[in-house]
Amino acid sequence: MDLRLTLAEATGDERAAVDACLGPPASQWDGGDRDAAVASRSASGGRELGRARRNLLLPALQAVQRRFGWITEGALIYVCERLDVPPAEAYGVATFYALLATTPRPRRILHVCDDIACQCRGATEMIAELERAAGPPLSHGPHADHVIVDPDGAAWIRSPCLGLCDQAPAAMLQVAGEHPADTLFGATTAPELNAVLHGDDRIQKRPHPRVPQAGAPELRLLARASVIDPASLDAYRSTHGYAGLRRAFELGPAGVIREVLDAKLLGRGGAAFPTGKKWEAVARQPVRPHYLICNADESEPGTFKDRALMEGDPFALVEAMTIAAYATGAELGYIYIRGEYPLAIERLEHAIAQARARGLLGDSVMGHDMRFELEVRRGGGAYICGEETALFNSIEGFRGEPRNKPPFPVDAGLFAKPTVVNNVETLYNVPWIVREGGAAFAAIGTAQSAGTKLFCLCGCVGRPGVYEVPFGTTLREMLTLAGGVPGGRPLRAVLVGGAAGVFVRPDELDMPLTFEGTRAAQATLGSGVIMAVDDTVGLEPMLLRIAAFFRDESCGQCVPCRVGTVRQEEALHRITRGRMRGSIRDELALLGEIGLGMKDASICGLGQTAYSAIESAIQRLRLFETAAAPGGAATP
Amino acid sequence: MTAPGALVQISPPRRSVELTIDGDTVAAPEGTTILDACRQRGQDIPTLCYLETLHPVNACRVCVVEVENSRVLVPSCSRRIEPGMVVHTDSPRVRHSRKMVLEFLASSVDLSTTPHAAEWIASYECHPERYGPPAPPAAAGIRDAAHAGHHEPPDPAFAATVHQPIKADNELYVRDYGKCILCYKCVEACGIDYQNTYAIAVAGRGFDARISTEFSVPLPGSACVYCGNCIAVCPTGALMFSSEHDRRAAGTWDESRQSVVDTICPYCGVGCTLSLHVQNNEIVKVTSPFDVSITHGNLCIKGRFGWQYVQERPGNGKRTNGVPRRPRDIEAASNAAGKSRRKGHDISQRDGPQHDGPPHAGTPGDGDGKGSGHP
Repeated sequence: MDLRLTLAEATGDERAAVDACLGPPASQWDGGDRDAAVASRSASGGRELGRARRNLLLPALQAVQRRFGWITEGALIYVCERLDVPPAEAYGVATFYALLATTPRPRRILHVCDDIACQCRGATEMIAELERAAGPPLSHGPHADHVIVDPDGAAWIRSPCLGLCDQAPAAMLQVAGEHPADTLFGATTAPELNAVLHGDDRIQKRPHPRVPQAGAPELRLLARASVIDPASLDAYRSTHGYAGLRRAFELGPAGVIREVLDAKLLGRGGAAFPTGKKWEAVARQPVRPHYLICNADESEPGTFKDRALMEGDPFALVEAMTIAAYATGAELGYIYIRGEYPLAIERLEHAIAQARARGLLGDSVMGHDMRFELEVRRGGGAYICGEETALFNSIEGFRGEPRNKPPFPVDAGLFAKPTVVNNVETLYNVPWIVREGGAAFAAIGTAQSAGTKLFCLCGCVGRPGVYEVPFGTTLREMLTLAGGVPGGRPLRAVLVGGAAGVFVRPDELDMPLTFEGTRAAQATLGSGVIMAVDDTVGLEPMLLRIAAFFRDESCGQCVPCRVGTVRQEEALHRITRGRMRGSIRDELALLGEIGLGMKDASICGLGQTAYSAIESAIQRLRLFETAAAPGGAATP
Repeated sequence: MTAPGALVQISPPRRSVELTIDGDTVAAPEGTTILDACRQRGQDIPTLCYLETLHPVNACRVCVVEVENSRVLVPSCSRRIEPGMVVHTDSPRVRHSRKMVLEFLASSVDLSTTPHAAEWIASYECHPERYGPPAPPAAAGIRDAAHAGHHEPPDPAFAATVHQPIKADNELYVRDYGKCILCYKCVEACGIDYQNTYAIAVAGRGFDARISTEFSVPLPGSACVYCGNCIAVCPTGALMFSSEHDRRAAGTWDESRQSVVDTICPYCGVGCTLSLHVQNNEIVKVTSPFDVSITHGNLCIKGRFGWQYVQERPGNGKRTNGVPRRPRDIEAASNAAGKSRRKGHDISQRDGPQHDGPPHAGTPGDGDGKGSGHP
């Protein structure tokens, strides 16, 4: 590519940070020193090389961000030179992700969750207190503003859900530097956060996911979480670890797919697509290579089940992906994990390194004629990258914008090759299915929803955490399992499925939690969120937060979602702040029209479900009924 | 080689696919899009981000149609027809979504120079004013600096807009992003589809997404080569010749008094077709027809902007002697594009004087990214 670069120069440190990620430059052509004898006679670069390295763009930008706390023009230009990427495109990528900054920032940034699950546990009040103590959050000024930023200072910003809903309210500290560190804080307080912000490193918490059923014999997915040492391959192997892969080699790829088909395993990411059919479609593709991706970009507000699995039992994901790769003929797999999960990233990287050292990954897996490598890719703070085609673009080094389907990933996915994308929880089912047989799996749960399911119990419940139950358990049973509403307070509503899910009423608790049961009740299992809301929690602020979430997380590609999410949030603010245009009926009708437009015309699931929870609050909970009374005043 | 007189097969025969559009059975060659199948039968569908010469990005969603058994509506500009497909182009769902898309755009973007906008807004019964009075324009640079993620709560008194001051940082064209609907056409024309310059891309996210150079540097500091191919594809007038913009501001722009004359560009041997838009015997802008296979509507800086000399007639105080001069503004722009603030990625720049010729207009198929100045 004929790059034209601005004259901004990277400092030596910036070059070193980029080179530490990409390796040293090979020649003048990719940003290295000029060797006159060679450079005058040889050339390298061009489209093929540029394309081959483009997928390193996000990791390189993240390396700069983690080293300096923000991405300077010089550093970005150097990354472009190294990877043959046009600077405007690299800037477009850098500004797409919330965890990357292109304006000066201090190195110490505290991300404080103000999302719905934390809202249920007092985050709003906590943040107000923090703001009184620590001052307003960081604001991003225009580039031209020469705001003096002390790199050794600190700042806090509001964050969408951090996946720590079982120990809300939560925060994440990111400290950039030579030894960058991300630290999670669960069940935190304003004074604690203020101390953390001001450099008190004595506060060290590793909020482990709460698995209240830990050790129970009936657990399959959570059998090892909070029981074995997640860093020990031997502990994993002594608890049926790698028995699934051994059995897979006996069955052969087609046999593995047959077991998964017999198991009637449906995808747990929200769409409930039959996993076996997906694998079969990719296995049959003559085009090579095939890719396998584990979608671990768990960002749905209220969801933390995948984090519990990856932190508590990382080897099982490595084994499950190896089985999936064997069945579908993939030689390279990616785990795309959200950037807000530092502990899960650390444990997965450790597990992969261990597996590689013991011959469980690499050129000859377990001594068989099978090559498989696994790579962890860290997200940059973008909910949309959990959409599978946006995820492809993100890995490939482009903006995480969803692609239009068709073509579907099984035909043309990552790097336009046949690709299997599976959710974390889906994959954790695989070793058991292969080991015990598909029929045994299908016998669990209901006829149309086989197996067990993880649910994220959060909000106003006594024992929040990840629970594993067979499909068919009712919502009421789940709430009881999690200790019900604390203090015997009345339940006001339950948000099922996350921000893209629906609110259900307290009189709908006998709904069986299956794909077919929730569908019949016009609800959705979504990502398995069950968020209880009692009478101490304001539903209006929750709706405003959900609307703000979709506006923040819309990629901006298609008009219905880009503008619709804005208009939806504005209408909700007008209603809840008593500034309606016309009557409440007019406003609710307008919201309905906006919602239908987003649902019908958006490119991807984000826009298509952005009205779902709000619609359910209006129609099932009749939230604004009182406001519709004469006088039209909004509910307080 | 084919013998003279032999039949030349330019593409393999395509199977005919039968489908139903609005109740009529229609046959069209395999691979046709729903939009083309509709247009072939004389039925028009509104489009904004679609252009025959660019890859469809299906981002505007104004062309959506209903396909039976599809959960959501599909973009007709990119969805290919399938046997037995049943398409409704004017169902209530379709009309509703088009209405919402047009309302969303009209309430947030200035569509005053978008062809057909007013007509569509009327025919889909849009009421963009129902979202509230448009928010006042953002100060210069504010939208460029928006960070992805958290935003300030909206002001319930206003409907958010993308209104902002225009960007006039060069002599040749003006960028008025208050009129930008983010159709991606300029990005495609500048980058992967034609010019391979990649001076602009989409930056930011969501409602704060915008077309931007790296770190929003002004165009003379960017990789822009002033081919103007972005202006040619812009559907809303957000990108506009300075000559048009200034006349519009002065109230002297009058398309009814303009004639369009086709000629061949005099600068080089490629032979690009130029359409000269003439008002008052003055060239006010230059385009190129999209259906000419040499250019597909694309030109270079010379063909697009280098026509002032034509107007340097005897009696207007400028000496021409009948010899075309290299106009001064082209020289300035070439210099801006080639040298100012930029470092090339090539040996000539590092080892010696840079090849300073104006950039090569993108020609179809010139997709290897090797443009000007590369050894």
